[in-house]
This record gives sequence, C-alpha cells and structure tokens, in this order.
Amino acid sequence: MTVVGHTDVAALEEFAALVGTEGPVCVAGGRTQWEAGGRPEVGTRELSAPAGVVSHQPEEMIVRVRAGTTVAHLDAVLAEGGQMVPLDPADPARATIGGVLAVGHSGLRRLRYGPVRDAVLEVRFVSAAGELVKAGGPVVKNVTGYDLCRLLVGSLGTLGLLAEVVLRCTPLPSASRWLRSTEPGAADPFDVLRRLYRPSSVLWDGTHVWVLLEGHPADVDAQAATALGVAFAEVSGPPDPPPGAVRLSLPPGQLRARPTAGGRWLAQVGVGTVDAEGPAATWPPTLAPGVAELHRQLKARFDPDGRLNPGRRMTRP
Amino acid sequence: MAALVGDLCSALAPDRVRTSSTELALYQRDASILVGEAAVICFPLTTAEVAAAVRISRAHGRPVVPRGSGTGLAGGAVPTGPVAPVVIVTTKMDRILSVDPDARVAWVQPGVLNLDLSRAVAGHGLHFAPDPSSQQSCTVGGNVANNSGGPHCLLHGVTTAHVLALEVVLPDGTVVELGGLDPEPAGYDLRGAFVGSEGTMGIATRIAVRLTPLPPAVTTLLADFTSIEAAAQTVSGVIAAGIVPAALEMMDAEITAAVEAYVHAGFPTDAAAVLLVEVDGLAAGVAAAAEAITGIARAEGARTVRVATDAAERALLWKGRKSAFGAIARIKPNYYLHDTVVPRSQLVPVLTAVYQIADRYQLRMGNVFHAGDGNLHPLILFDKREPGVMDRVLAAGKEIIETCVAAGGMLSGEHGIGLEKRDFMGLVFSAEDLEAQRWLRLAFDPEEACNPWKVLPAGARCGDLQSLPPGAWI
Repeated sequence: MTVVGHTDVAALEEFAALVGTEGPVCVAGGRTQWEAGGRPEVGTRELSAPAGVVSHQPEEMIVRVRAGTTVAHLDAVLAEGGQMVPLDPADPARATIGGVLAVGHSGLRRLRYGPVRDAVLEVRFVSAAGELVKAGGPVVKNVTGYDLCRLLVGSLGTLGLLAEVVLRCTPLPSASRWLRSTEPGAADPFDVLRRLYRPSSVLWDGTHVWVLLEGHPADVDAQAATALGVAFAEVSGPPDPPPGAVRLSLPPGQLRARPTAGGRWLAQVGVGTVDAEGPAATWPPTLAPGVAELHRQLKARFDPDGRLNPGRRMTRP
Repeated sequence: MAALVGDLCSALAPDRVRTSSTELALYQRDASILVGEAAVICFPLTTAEVAAAVRISRAHGRPVVPRGSGTGLAGGAVPTGPVAPVVIVTTKMDRILSVDPDARVAWVQPGVLNLDLSRAVAGHGLHFAPDPSSQQSCTVGGNVANNSGGPHCLLHGVTTAHVLALEVVLPDGTVVELGGLDPEPAGYDLRGAFVGSEGTMGIATRIAVRLTPLPPAVTTLLADFTSIEAAAQTVSGVIAAGIVPAALEMMDAEITAAVEAYVHAGFPTDAAAVLLVEVDGLAAGVAAAAEAITGIARAEGARTVRVATDAAERALLWKGRKSAFGAIARIKPNYYLHDTVVPRSQLVPVLTAVYQIADRYQLRMGNVFHAGDGNLHPLILFDKREPGVMDRVLAAGKEIIETCVAAGGMLSGEHGIGLEKRDFMGLVFSAEDLEAQRWLRLAFDPEEACNPWKVLPAGARCGDLQSLPPGAWI
C-alpha cells in the first residue's frame, strides 16, 4: 500500500498537460450538480479528472483520492477499513469527489460531522497556467501556509481544477438509526435538537421530523427511548428532498419561521440548509462591494485570462 | 513620525497611542525568541478606530502589524517590514457582543480571551472548543489569525471549524464581512481563507464563533509507561481501533517530572512517558472507549492507568498538562518550543530521531504534545547566556524540522509559520505552490503592508538557517 503522504505525480501531470495553458476549459464529474453557478460557455473544452483511491491508511484516518472518483467507490473502499467520509451526496453512484468539493454543499450529516470543507486536508489542483499546485498536507492538523484548500472548496472550478485530495476519515458508527415523528405536527424540531447530544441529522419538512442517531448502540437506544420528547418510530432512512429542489442557506434560527411559503421543502435543523421546490433564489448572488472586489482580485490572480469554467459565476459581475 | 503619531492620537486617543521606549521594547517581540522593531503601538477600541489606524499608518507609508496578547510562538506578531510598522493591539477590544444559546453562536471582539469566552457561556452548557495551552491569556482574534489548536481539537476541530463569520478591516482600511451565520454563504470561502492567515490579510474586528455543547459524560485517564515507544504504540493503537478521543496528550520524563514538582498532581515522576487521554460524549460510548483505551495501554505495557474520579482531579491533571511551559522554567531560563506535525504512524521513529538530535547538540529537551493528531512539540531548554548555545539550538531546530518533513510531516500543526518558519516553506512546497499562496495574500493585501515578511519566504533562500529579514534578530 502506498504511503498516504506520497502520490504518483505522473498521473496528475498528465491531467495538467490536458488542461494545458490556453483556451476555456472545465471538468465534468457526474453532472449531478452541473447547473451550479450556470453552465460553462459553449466551446469550453470538457475534461475528466483522474479517478481512483490512491491510498487509505485506517490507522492515520486519512485517504488520498483522485477527484474523478465516485463517492460510492470511495465509500466502499473506506468501509473495508471501517471508516467513512460522510459527504452524503444525493446520487453517490454518479457524484464525484471533485464535483462534491467544487460545489461545496454539505450532506445530510453535517450537523454532527461538520461541513465538507472541514474534511479536506490537502488539495492538488491544476492552475490556469496548467501547473500542478499543492496546498495543505497529508496530516490531520496543519497550519503550514495559507488555506487554499478551503478557498477551493465551493469555488466551482473557477480558481483551479481539482486533481487529487487528501480527506479526513472518521470511524463508521457502530449503530445508526433513523427515526421519524409519528404524529404530523407533534414534534418541535428545535426542541428535539436541544434534547439530543450531537445527533447526526435532524430534518424537518414542516410536518414531520426525522432524526439520525449514530454512535454506541446503548447510547443510540437511550437517546431514541428517552430524549426525543414525543413519539418517534424507526424508519429505513431519510426522506427524499423535493424533486428539482434548489438549495437555500439560512441562519439556523431563521428556520423557525418556516423557510418557504409555497412548495415542499426539507430543512436541516441546526444547520440551516433547505432543499426547496419553487423558483431558485436569485443566482448569482449579489455580494457587498468590498467582498465582490476581493472576488475580482482573486479571480484576476488565479485565472487572469478567465479560462477556468467561463460562464460559471460565484457573483454578479 | 510626529505627524503619524499626531494623526493616530486624533483618531484614537492620546493615551491609546504609545511611543515610549519601554512600550516599544515590550511590543517588539512575542512569545517566540525573535525580536523586531515597532514605530508606534496603538490600542483601538472599535472597528472604526482599527480602520482609521490602518488608513493613517498606510498614508504615512507605514506597514501595520496586528497583535493580540502576543502569545504566538512563531514570531507572527513580531513587527518587521521595510520601515518599522505600527503595531495595532486588539486587547482592549475585549467585549462579548452577543450570545445566542439557541443558535449556539456568539459575536465577540477580537481581544476577548479564549478561556473568558468559554467561562461566559458555560452557564448555557456551551463552550468555545479550541483550547490552546495559553487559553488563559490568548485572544480569540489571535486564535483566528493562527487557526489555533489545542488538546481538545483532536475530536472537535481547530479554530477554523468554530468560526462562522468575521468582520475584517482590510489592509487598505475597507471593512468587510466574510462568511456568514448561514451554513453555505454565497461566494468563495473567504472566511476560511482568512482564518490562519497570520495577520497578513487584515485585522478581524468582530468574530462570530460557533459554541459547542458541553459533553454529558467525560472520562480522563492517565497512563504511565516505562518507554516512549510503548506510549507512542498506545497512541497508534487507539487511533487504529477507531477511537477518536477528545484529547490524547503525551508528556515525556523530563516534562512529567517538572510538572509534578510544579502542580503536585500525582504524576509518576519515574515514568518514561505518560499519556493523558480524555473521552467525551454519551455515557455508554465514553465507558466503552475508556475501557478499550485502558486495554490497549495495558497491552502495550502501561504500568498504571489512573482514571480521574471527579471534576477536581480531572482539572488537576489538565492543569499539569497546561502548565508544562511554566514548569520547565525551573530547569532552564529559556526555551524554544517547536511545533511540527507528522503521520501518527511515524511517532516512534520521529521521536527517537528528535531525542538523538538533542543529544548530538548537547541540549536538554522535553516533549509535551498532542500525540493523537501527530502534533509534536519538542521543547529545547537552554540558558541563552551560555556562549554559543543559540547556534546549537537553531541547528538542532532545523534538523528536527527536516526530520519531521522527511517522515511525511508538515512544518506547523498549530503555531503557524510567522517569521520563524517562512524560510523552511520550500521544504514542503514547490515554487508554484508558494506562488499560488501569494496570489491569495495579494488579493487581500496587494502592497504587502499588513504584517509584512511573514508566512511566505522572501526569495530563493528556502531552507536556510533562520535567514531573518533586516530589522529582525534573535
């Protein structure tokens, strides 16, 4: 087994050569969130990132994986070592690691395991100049240099194209139970959240509350039996978000006011993300002038010719 | 210079703009062994005053250097630059602005002390999870600048995982808000980019921190070993068993003896190494983890595994760990604390090599560190009055860093790069890697006027022995 600290740079250099130094270029993953930020302009060359799990060392709790790897494949490899990276995209068989990180949306278990950006320890990306660049490192705690890892997560491939990352793993929980409130409207999701210690997920659609409890079996049973306050019954898993839902991001306290007026929605209580039917929030968003200027400065330095994912926008021009 | 001071006095208040030689001397250093030179020290109270101080300093051609309590160990707050900088100290901005226990968020000013914040929210069953050893004196603003860690970051994550939003005065005096209280704020993660930028991208003036519920159950164990190797194998064993303790700390014989003489907590002074392990969470999980850890420690040859029976005993054990740096002052008057991070599987060979390096340079050394995440803290003890000792201290430090990098490690786990390690950056990053980091810094600070000469190496001198910029010395 390859040591996690090491990688086969040759395969990544090949990808860098494909990116090259000229012309508009983008990377397609599983196309599960292809509309994020708008589609690349017509005529943009479309590449695939390298794929495969390079190394997983359970005793280090880190995994080195190429950006084109599907989440389902990574999950399967990690499970063999008793671990996971809880990215939880909607369609893990198609979604790729690079795509999940480039869009930066966290999964259903963010409440317990934190946002996706906190799982990223090292990135290797190809710059607009076609050069392979590394940031971070293959250790679980690291402040060596600027945090380009977090800058790239959620940047929609507009600052660099992800080739390979090192992610922090976590042990698979020994027990895991999804529960749903039995009486419509009976459970107050905020009360449920307050009663539980570090639940993995609390979901609410305005009628029912779903809870995911993970950990030691005795703790999971005890929380399920006594801590919820009202009647819950075990279910096989979380509900599907509304089809074609758009992602909203609200301060978690604002969920109390119910996030949307019209269609169906599913909210992560304690987190503040909402998958909601209906017209998309205004995109791209308008940022405060000073923040918008920082975006322009970053883009001008990381991608002076605007060749990375042209058409995808983080902000209004 | 008189005009600069006059303008600063008008914008702040004369008693909060200091130029006496005593104060300039005090603020020319931080907790590292490095020294710089400051032109003026100012103590703003508000965001507007910080912005004014930055604008005035820039108008007079002076760089600015942000500073909290000055507990940093990498020279990040040591004033350096093409001309002596204005040091902007945030310690008087020490108010907790709001606490929302329901949303588990607090807005604080940057000068709030880390431990004061946790104490203030304890009544709500909450705390601020990052807990550097200096938490009684370091500021939350300094934690943001350094992306600080601490023993309990093993489970709960370092500072960046606990910062939601920041109000920042940029190096041109503009005020912006980065991040947000919502989970997926629009735009690039500028909050994430700013945390850990060591004062080179602006000055945080308001910080929204995430508060973490206090765990319902906590167990603290102290295991003692007759060899460093057995203790390190226990660390690897615990991680490999799929257990993530809240904290997993190691102290070697030198440190344990010094700490015991200092706090009298009952640490075994004849042990080669002790492990301080804390597990927290729900009762059954904590009990199972404590039992498993005890078993692993005994299997690796632990002589005793002591379980703290109450909060007072637990506090005493932690007091011992957190006062290690005070305790060693009894041995030698000066110390140089290193901070590197290595893969956890490399702890035994790296520690062995680190002790050999100290022996070779005839230096006394202790190790007290965050073993659970591979974050080493070799602590070189010396008396700087001894002729020639600084050369040996620096040469040994360089070898320690190189040894850790060769084992797949990185330069710093939690103290930062600052001035101390910027010229070692070439050991772990290529020219292209460093150039990309510079793009980020320049997007925020195109004139490199905010904490100049920190983090990134100046040129092609990478790996040179402490090639300090002019105006800085040891």
